[in-house]
Formats: sequence, structure tokens, C-alpha cells
Amino acid sequence: MKVTIDKKPVEVAPNTTVYDAAKQIGIDIPKLCYMNLEAVGFKNHPAGCRICVVEVAGRRNLVPSCVTTCTEGMVIKTHSPRVLNARKTVLELILSDHPKDCLICPKSGRCELQDLSVQLGIREIHSVENAEMSTYRKDMSPSIIRDMDKCVMCRRCETACNVIQTVGALHAVNRGFMSVVAPAFERDLIDSPCTFCGQCVAVCPTGALTEVDQTQKVIRALADPAKTVIVQTAPAVRAALGEEFGMEPGTLVTGKMTAALKEMGFDYVFDTDFAADLTVMEEGAELLGRISKFLEGDKNVKLPILTSCCPAWVNFFEYNYPDMLDVPSTARSPQQMFGAVAKTYLADKLGVKREDLVVVSIMPCLAKKYECQRDEFKVNGNPDVDFALSTRELAHLIREANINFKALSDAEFDNPMGESTGAGVIFGTTGGVIEAAVRTAYEIFTGKKLEQVDFRELRGLEGIRMATVDFNGTKINIGIAHQLGNARKLLDGIRSGQYNFHAIEIMACPGGCIGGGGQPLHHGESHILQARHEALYREDAQKPVRKSHENPYIKKLYEEFLGSPLSEKAHHLLHTHYFDKSK
Amino acid sequence: MNTTVLQDCQIQTIKDICASFDNQASELINVLHKTQEAFGYLPAEVQQVIAKELNISVAKVYGVVTFYAFFTMKPKGKYPIAVCMGTACYVRGAEKIVDGLKRELDIEVGGVTPDGKFSLNCLRCVGACGLAPVVMIGEKVHGRVEANQLKDILAQYE
Repeated sequence: MKVTIDKKPVEVAPNTTVYDAAKQIGIDIPKLCYMNLEAVGFKNHPAGCRICVVEVAGRRNLVPSCVTTCTEGMVIKTHSPRVLNARKTVLELILSDHPKDCLICPKSGRCELQDLSVQLGIREIHSVENAEMSTYRKDMSPSIIRDMDKCVMCRRCETACNVIQTVGALHAVNRGFMSVVAPAFERDLIDSPCTFCGQCVAVCPTGALTEVDQTQKVIRALADPAKTVIVQTAPAVRAALGEEFGMEPGTLVTGKMTAALKEMGFDYVFDTDFAADLTVMEEGAELLGRISKFLEGDKNVKLPILTSCCPAWVNFFEYNYPDMLDVPSTARSPQQMFGAVAKTYLADKLGVKREDLVVVSIMPCLAKKYECQRDEFKVNGNPDVDFALSTRELAHLIREANINFKALSDAEFDNPMGESTGAGVIFGTTGGVIEAAVRTAYEIFTGKKLEQVDFRELRGLEGIRMATVDFNGTKINIGIAHQLGNARKLLDGIRSGQYNFHAIEIMACPGGCIGGGGQPLHHGESHILQARHEALYREDAQKPVRKSHENPYIKKLYEEFLGSPLSEKAHHLLHTHYFDKSK
Repeated sequence: MNTTVLQDCQIQTIKDICASFDNQASELINVLHKTQEAFGYLPAEVQQVIAKELNISVAKVYGVVTFYAFFTMKPKGKYPIAVCMGTACYVRGAEKIVDGLKRELDIEVGGVTPDGKFSLNCLRCVGACGLAPVVMIGEKVHGRVEANQLKDILAQYE
């Protein structure tokens, strides 16, 4: 099919939208509500904002390019005076009901509305003097802030929450001037089914949805001479942080990130990957325990075992599957394992009192902020992890500290909690946790050395994947899902007896933690997720040790402190229990 | 927010209404209509049961309830009053009628009298423009209403 866009001929496939056809020849039509994250099936196209309008010869009205399909011989103008005029008017109307406090907005500098205003050269907003503005109560949760005065009703968050995650916390409510996206009965997020996955924040074009910013608290802790401040960095952060400083997506900045944290004055810079290795030891032992019992004919054993590293996923099953609370692994997430070990084993080693040790974690995730405040992860009110910062917050901190990130020389993590294996690294992407677990479980189960550590059948970005791994004659069926909507499909299948898995890995976000709600904004570019995904496997391949149980510091931790996986001490510090949150 | 505790038989009523529409999510608006008919209004607790029965989020149910002016989360009076504010009624003085009713009943539009007898709402065109201005009380249509008749009309309702 042939169409003409801005006098240039384009050959397009049937059902191509005008927006996509223009993109084919390098024309990026301005947009606000439209977002298409193809790699994971996220598509938001309510055609509500009318920024992407174009002129089609022979049609009376301008058409929204995001939902208009090309027809044979269509002649399209994307920047005729009429189009430019309409676009500007539409944007002015949107801005007329939007706060003008850009200077102090947490989204300033990465706001799509602000960018659009710059691109379209808005210099004044023709609005009635003292015109009414729609205002709403600010909603502060432990993870996410909803400041709906800044909502432009693009409804991307609604698509993320309902279509992708099937959480159903958010929906458009009311009508006309009072319409807004909100939880049922306009309650707070904390009183809704919200899992704090942060995917609404990840797609919000404006400052309506942002994370709770804890950077100033961390700066204060760093300045306090009475405190020893340590930091752990999650695997997915190193594959994305560089983007905040203009580096190519997929650039690994492990060394620079470590150097920046040392520069900022953290007393020790450790790695959550170390705790990921520890998670493999505990979760792997639990998996093997359940499988062995099952093979011996125990009918009461709960299979499949579900991974429990992802706090949004934990919130999701606590709310939606209270009848299955004994199915997931009891292993805490790596963030919390790190915190528990740091405030006991490490505090002892350093000779620091628990209250004087501040544990900061850098996470690609907003649900981690909620997780570290859970009561079960506190001792006498003192949390195992004090502050969980997102990748974006870390970037803010680095900028605020005036550190020239790109010019930093690589630095190494500190010990004893900074050494990790390739298995720990791939925890940050979908399929990684289960591959890491398989590498260790295989050797322990079969007693044989695993020669080929790459399980390519477990990798990829498809929403639901299934594979069978041969444990020396015993077939282990594995399921993998990322994004909570896919998790729901798998869970419903298990409930109805449709699937027969031994182990299932679930991550709440698109692509796993690499696409977490705390990561640098992807603005709908799928290739960014792909690049981060590949980066982690690259780091894994470079690691000298690639199986968690071979990590020398993990061995030492068990020898000196924990005893063995699933020991009483390990249970106390590294495992947890779940709650029915459906009521 | 006031909480309403639903009795088992009330929950059963909602379940039956949902079942009569095969628990289809696409029938949400019909289910809400029938439920409001049965209860007079749609409090949060009722919406929660509907969401569960139709397997959709409460946020979605609430979104639909707040979108359509017909649905209400506040209980209506024994005799719900609806003043037509359509074009014909409006030009023939519907606003004066609304003001008169507000004064007479001492409530705002959307409110209910303390004794629960009357509630006051506005709507758009009941299709009886020839009788403008029109006031509906319950199912009964009062046509060519004038402000000075309001007292007598209200007195008809015990």
C-alpha cells in the first residue's frame, strides 16, 4: 500500500497507522497519550490528547495519527499550518488546567508535557483570568506519590495497571472537569489493591505519578558522623544508570556506579548480587527439598514453588491469591536478605551497633520502598533496610553531588558483601532468577558438575515461557512470567490444574527488574529494555564464577555465621511469611 | 465515608441480579441499573460485591458509577424529585422551580430531607417538552409547574 507523507512516498503494510507510517520514514509525530512498548505488549492509544493530529487530503477534520489506519493513496501532511495551529491550541488547552510549577516539579527535565511545550514553542497560555483549575487531594503512599493536579488524562497508568498488570487499582472516575484516574472511591493507594510495582509511574508523561524521594534523608545520614552508612546496588541498576547520564542503553556502569557511591561518602559499597547468591542458596535448597519429597511420593508437598524475590509480586499474591500463601518460597528478597545479614553478621564484624548502621539500597523498583517498611523486616522498630532509592534517585544524588559520572574510573565493590557470581547478576532480568537457581540446584541434586551454565531455553522477553530442564534423568518443568497479568494467567492455570510445573519464576515488571518502576524512563522505546536485558547476560558471561554456591564469601558466611541453608538461623534471618490482604 | 453493612439477603439480591446477566462484565451498566432499582442507591459495599461477581476491579465499577449522572452513591428519598433542565423546560423557568424546591425542602440539589421523604435532583429532558417545565416525583410527571404550586404538589405526598 502506498501513501504520501509530507510529499514523501511510503510503502506500508495493511493496517499500519499513520503514526507508524510516518515513523518508517523518520518522522516522529508529536504525541502525549500514545505509548507503544512493543516488546512487552503495552499499547496505550485512547486518542484522547489530540496532539498527534495530522491533515489527510479529502477529509474535513484533522485525524489523530495514532489510531488512523493508512488507506491506499492517502496524502498526509504532518506539519501544515493548520496542523501546527491545532496542535498548539490543544496543548494550550491542556496547559490551562495544569500547574505551572515546572521549576520545582519532581518530573522537571524528563516530563513529556514540558518537552512538548518546548517543542511546540508555547510562550503564553490564553486562558481566562483566575480560571478554575481542577485540584485533588495529594496521595502519599510509602512508594508512590499521586499528585493528580498534574494528570493530563492520557490514561497510560490505567492501561499499565489494568491491561498489563491486571491489578485494577486505578481507573478513570468522575466526568468532565472532575475526571481523574484514581483508586475506587478515590481512596489512597495504600487502601487499594496497588502492588506498588510502579509501572504507572514508569509510563506517566508528567509529574502526576512519581516516587517517594528519599535522597535528602540519605544525604543527612551520610553527614552524620555517628552513623556507618552502607549501600547495596541491585543487579538491574548497573544496566540502566548510564542512560541518566546520556550513555547508550545497555552500557554497563558497574564500576562507575561503585566509584560514584564511594565518592559520595558511603562507608562501604556492597552488592545486592551477593544477596542474590544467598537467595539462590536458600530458595534452591527449598526447591530441592520440595522436589525430593514429591519424588518420594509425599502428596502434601506444595509444588510448583514460586519465586519470592519481587515485592510487587508478593503484594499481588497476598491480595489476589490468599488461598495459595503456602505455595511461594519463603525466602526473603535479596534486598531484605542483605539487610538482615548486614545488621547482624556485618554489624558484628564492624563492631557497629544496629541502630548506628544505616543500610541504603539502590533499586530499580518502587515496591522495594514499601517492602523495607514491612513490620516483619524490622527489629524493635529498626528496619533491616533503612532507605530504598530508585535508579532515578541515585542519578539525582550523583548530579546533586556534582560528580562527573562519565569521567569516573571504575571502582570495585567492598567485601565481605560485595563479591557476586554471574548467577547473582542475572537476577535483574526475567528468567534470571530461575536460571541462577537451576545452576546451583542441578549440581546439588545430581552431584555432578554442570559444564554448560547457559540455559538459553529460559531466556527471552516473551511474557510467558515454559521449559523443561533435565536434572540427570529427572525432568524439571519450569514456568516463567513477567508482568503481573502474565503471572495471573500462570497462577490461574495452576489453580485449575492445567499446568504441571515444579518451579515458577515471576517478576512484576516488563522484562523483569530491568523494566522496573524505578528505572530511567523508557518513554515507550522497546529497544532500551532489550539492551538492558542483554547487558546483564553480558556481565554474567564475564564473571569468573557463575554459580552462586561457588561464591567464596557465601561459603564463608555459611561457615562463620549461618551454618547451612534452611538452618534455624537462616530461617530466622532469611525467610519470611505472607499475609492475606484480600480483606 | 459512611459504611453500610450489607445483610446476607442483600448480598444475595446483588448476586442474583449479576447472575441474571450471566455475570458478564459487559453487562455492568445493566447490573448497576437493576441494583440501584433494588437498593435506591449504590453504596461502596454494593459496588464491591458487584465487582467481585463480575470479576472486574472495584475501581472500574466506581468509574462507571461516577461517570453516569443517573447512578448515585447517596440514598434517595422516599419520593425522589427530578426537575427537568432540558432546553424547553429551562427556557420556561425550570431554574425557578429548582430554587423554589430548594427553599421549600431546605436541601441542595443532590440532597435528601432529614426525614428521608424527598430527595432533589436535576435531569436532562424526560421527553415531555410539551408540558414544560416538568417535575417528576417518583414515577409521576407534573407538567406546566409554576413556583407558587410547589407547596401544594409536595403536600400530595405523605
